[in-house]
Amino acid sequence: MSKKLVTVTILLIVLACVLPLVLTNYRTFQATLVLVYAIALLGLNILTGYNGQISLGHGAFYAIGAYAAAMLMDQAGMPYWATIPIAGAVCLVIGFLFGLPALRLEGLYLALATFALAVSMPPILKAHFLEKWTGGVQGIVIVKPDPPAWLAAAGVKLSADQWLYYFVLAIAIVLFIAGWNLISGRVGRALVAIRDHHTAAEAMGINSAIYKSLAFGVSAMYTGIAGALGAIAVQFVAPDSFTVFLSITFLVGIVVGGLASLSGALHGALFIQFVPNIADELSKAAPWAVFGVFLIGFVYLMPTGVAGALRALTRRRSSGKLLHPKEALP
Amino acid sequence: MAAGAEQALLRVQDVAVRFGGIVALDGVSFDVPAGRIVGLIGPNGAGKTTLFNCISRLYPCERGDIAFAGRSLLGVPRHRIAALGIGRTFQNLALFRTMSVLENVMVGRHSRSRGGFFSAAVRLPYAVRADAEARGKARELLALLDLERFADSSVAALPFGTQKRVELARALAAEPKLLLLDEPASGLNHEEVGAIGALIRSLRERLELTVLLVEHHMQLLMSLSDWVVALNFGRRIAEGTPAEVRNHPELVRAYLGTAASFST
Repeated sequence: MSKKLVTVTILLIVLACVLPLVLTNYRTFQATLVLVYAIALLGLNILTGYNGQISLGHGAFYAIGAYAAAMLMDQAGMPYWATIPIAGAVCLVIGFLFGLPALRLEGLYLALATFALAVSMPPILKAHFLEKWTGGVQGIVIVKPDPPAWLAAAGVKLSADQWLYYFVLAIAIVLFIAGWNLISGRVGRALVAIRDHHTAAEAMGINSAIYKSLAFGVSAMYTGIAGALGAIAVQFVAPDSFTVFLSITFLVGIVVGGLASLSGALHGALFIQFVPNIADELSKAAPWAVFGVFLIGFVYLMPTGVAGALRALTRRRSSGKLLHPKEALP
Repeated sequence: MAAGAEQALLRVQDVAVRFGGIVALDGVSFDVPAGRIVGLIGPNGAGKTTLFNCISRLYPCERGDIAFAGRSLLGVPRHRIAALGIGRTFQNLALFRTMSVLENVMVGRHSRSRGGFFSAAVRLPYAVRADAEARGKARELLALLDLERFADSSVAALPFGTQKRVELARALAAEPKLLLLDEPASGLNHEEVGAIGALIRSLRERLELTVLLVEHHMQLLMSLSDWVVALNFGRRIAEGTPAEVRNHPELVRAYLGTAASFST
């Protein structure tokens, strides 16, 4: 990691910590959702961006994580924070198991298989025989967690929205650091090698079957954790929140943000959280048409995503310095 | 064979491969003695690359056996081949095109290092050490192959000849005992061909490699090889020292269809 990157990251974290102190509760809630989506997109990016496996079904893992958290809180009376690792573990296992048969599928065929996962999720959640646990069409309402007592005892006064924001931020930071470690080491190189040249990767000793199914598992785990955090933030889960449209939104997020880029997950999350809102304000009649225009504009102007465009911009800046040596002088 | 007294590192015995109705290899046998360079020649479609792909376990053999250091390879999954000590390059470059030169060579180190998803994500000390070791080894190889200045370049942006050297470095990163080189000189200009020949020879000395070489550049192949095996239509048609094979009537017929001789 370069020095500049470390500085930018630290500045971003500081900014993220200050944010809820200057925002209204509603804006803080929106910022929480951005972090939640960023975690989900990071998960999808590990699979699709780095490993080259297209998923049109990550909304299903998001749903599984969300329902796992909601059911554990609602039926087992578990504290919200304890549901997060369980939701992650459940999605890790389901993702890995789904990844095994998916090994036989590539490209568009894999996209179709994952699409099937996404379309079958709402009816499964509505299914009569599961209603006892899932709440059927009604879904499950959960209570927004209050800031912990020890925080108040320490004299820190936070609203529920602010507390939840910090809780999600802490998890997001941990997951992004883990993601960075994963991507920048031996495993990350193996994932990209499989994407770039499958045969050569195997000739280098990479067990692509294991790597691809584990990538599926880890990817689903990230998205499942995001789902659990999202459910807690929204205080509600229902089958129709997790349609195929959510899966496609995630795919839009990683493409707009930047494939195979960690920062792309954050850019993509900002896009999928705020651009629909902006579109709605611009045209109450046809917000999705406006969204479509935004989307076309983004992919046209930044074909390698926001992350790619930023990279190109900083590169042009630094090469500009080379062209004008005078500018480099103090 | 001339080198018969030595232990065969690779033994190809009666290997047959068929794609649909087409017989790609039809009972090919030969030995690659340890420490030697064995050249594999034959016109296009003779089955040379098919044989490489059998050794790499990309294609299954219909009949026969391939043994490396006395052990059959046919039950070994393809991702274990590198760890056994067999490295290879590809005829039409198979680099990881989005990665840098250094990263490509580090992937070549995969089979010699350890570390999974969890140890990488939380940076367990052994995984961090393994990564540093792979980086160091890769840098060493870049220096050896005169690629240091390209370490951080994107591999796709490099000239063809340089990319071929990167592939060679990547294959060497796993410290192979046997190196399979599939047309290392194709697409290279005259000087580059001379350079790659000298490089292969010096690498063989320094790294104590055994080499199985497929090459259409006759002069290069004949000058490098200790032993030459000639294939045509999936069959072995001749075998011997370069001098013996060069004017072998079967080979001449395979290439030219009439009686003539190679001048090298």
